[in-house]
Amino acid sequence: METMLRASEVSKRFVLHNQGGVELPVLKQASFSVNQGECLVLNGRSGSGKSTLLRALYGNYLVDSGRIEVKTQGYWLDIASATPRAILQLRRNTIGWVSQFLRVIPRVSALDVVMQPLLDVGGDAKHAKHKAQQLLERLNVPSHLWALAPATFSGGEQQRVNIARGFILDYPVLLLDEPTASLDSTNASAVVELIDQAKQRGAAVVGIFHDSQVREQVADRLYDLSTQDTTVQG
Amino acid sequence: MTAINSVISRPSAAQMKVQAEIHGQADRPLLVVDALSKLYAPGKGFSEVSFALYSGEVLGIVGESGSGKSTLLQALSGRLKPDAGSVLYRGYAQGDQGDQMNDLYGMPESERRRLLRTEWGVVHQHPMDGLRPRVSAGGNIGERLMAKGLSHYGNIREQALRWLSDVEIDQGRVDDLPTTFSGGMQQRLQIARNLVTHPQLIFMDEPTGGLDVSVQARLLDLLRRLVNELNLSVIIVTHDLAVARLLADRLMVMKQSRVVESGLTDQVLDDPQHPYTQLLVSSVLQN
Repeated sequence: METMLRASEVSKRFVLHNQGGVELPVLKQASFSVNQGECLVLNGRSGSGKSTLLRALYGNYLVDSGRIEVKTQGYWLDIASATPRAILQLRRNTIGWVSQFLRVIPRVSALDVVMQPLLDVGGDAKHAKHKAQQLLERLNVPSHLWALAPATFSGGEQQRVNIARGFILDYPVLLLDEPTASLDSTNASAVVELIDQAKQRGAAVVGIFHDSQVREQVADRLYDLSTQDTTVQG
Repeated sequence: MTAINSVISRPSAAQMKVQAEIHGQADRPLLVVDALSKLYAPGKGFSEVSFALYSGEVLGIVGESGSGKSTLLQALSGRLKPDAGSVLYRGYAQGDQGDQMNDLYGMPESERRRLLRTEWGVVHQHPMDGLRPRVSAGGNIGERLMAKGLSHYGNIREQALRWLSDVEIDQGRVDDLPTTFSGGMQQRLQIARNLVTHPQLIFMDEPTGGLDVSVQARLLDLLRRLVNELNLSVIIVTHDLAVARLLADRLMVMKQSRVVESGLTDQVLDDPQHPYTQLLVSSVLQN
């Protein structure tokens, strides 16, 4: 299968200027690649840099050195050196992000939150609405909540709205930051099913999963960040 | 939400973006600012500011008060002549056939004023700075249409009514003076007054500044929708990082008249690099 994402010798340290200039090295020469239809799980103890690496893949964190290349519309784009405009474009049509935290916007309904990414790429409103409803149904978000703004939803409901939003577009690359954290087993397996479907249609998936059962279900390979010299395990 | 139905019925931002991409306009900046400076005193004003703004982009300028961000906005919007540097704007200068880059401070004063009344808009922090107190709400909206050459009273009134409901003001208030409106309504009226001529570029100076939190949320949501649906380019000055996160695609962080950091909004706020940006971000109370 075709490679969609490749990280080459990615290093990052945090410099805390207002705390005595403390330097925290987090990523050291991280290198891996992900193919279509494959799920790479970032593995390692808390604080090993999984989250930092995932955020760097989305352009949310800068890196000090190395390249993060994504195939987008037939070309390779290096996120580590791309302009903000290019990254925004990439996020619209190539890289999807699902985290457990929904950034709630006042007065925007759950349905609109889910539909938005599809509308942003010029999708038909009717189709977007239909797809959003299907996803919310699959993730067991009660239909009487769909027209409401998620600000008053429970944490689990907000999380599932966010997951629906992440899966409304068939992104070629999906980044998942503990999408099943704090979900019950029914909902967790609904998410696993969505991930499996994404893989089947050829998405390259990179994720963090603390739940070992979910991890075993979705992972094709693990990338271990615990050890100093990060190596890919087959 | 049915409030801005009439806005939704126009081509969507995404459709317009696709159009712009087809015509190659998306790759050409709308505004190019090069080494722009205006210093009243050392550290007072702004110095060596350069950036390019593209169609449909929202640029946030953040920083503490006195950092020069409002002064910069004045110069960018043609209201304050800089000491050095240039502002190039892609638009239709009077008499030109096609679009081209025009030097904002190389054009006659009258042309700059025309720009501000038609293709550009300015939303002031204090709404009454941008409204006429002795003219009705409808008249405030209609004025810019008349500046663009419209003269049919019925059409102007019809558009004014539509814009009132687009910004969630009861159409029954069309003949009332803005001085009888609440602060939040005045701010929404000022926005309607600016948007009625379908400007390409809007400058906003702390648009939510003087408003109560609940009123702020409503205004922010309205701004976010309008920006999306009209594919507006916006330069917004704010000291409120939550406002910046909600509205801006990109940020410039200013400190003592200089841009100390710039980048993608979420990257600047989540992984700030400059000591001042780190201080700014870490000073916000988490909720």
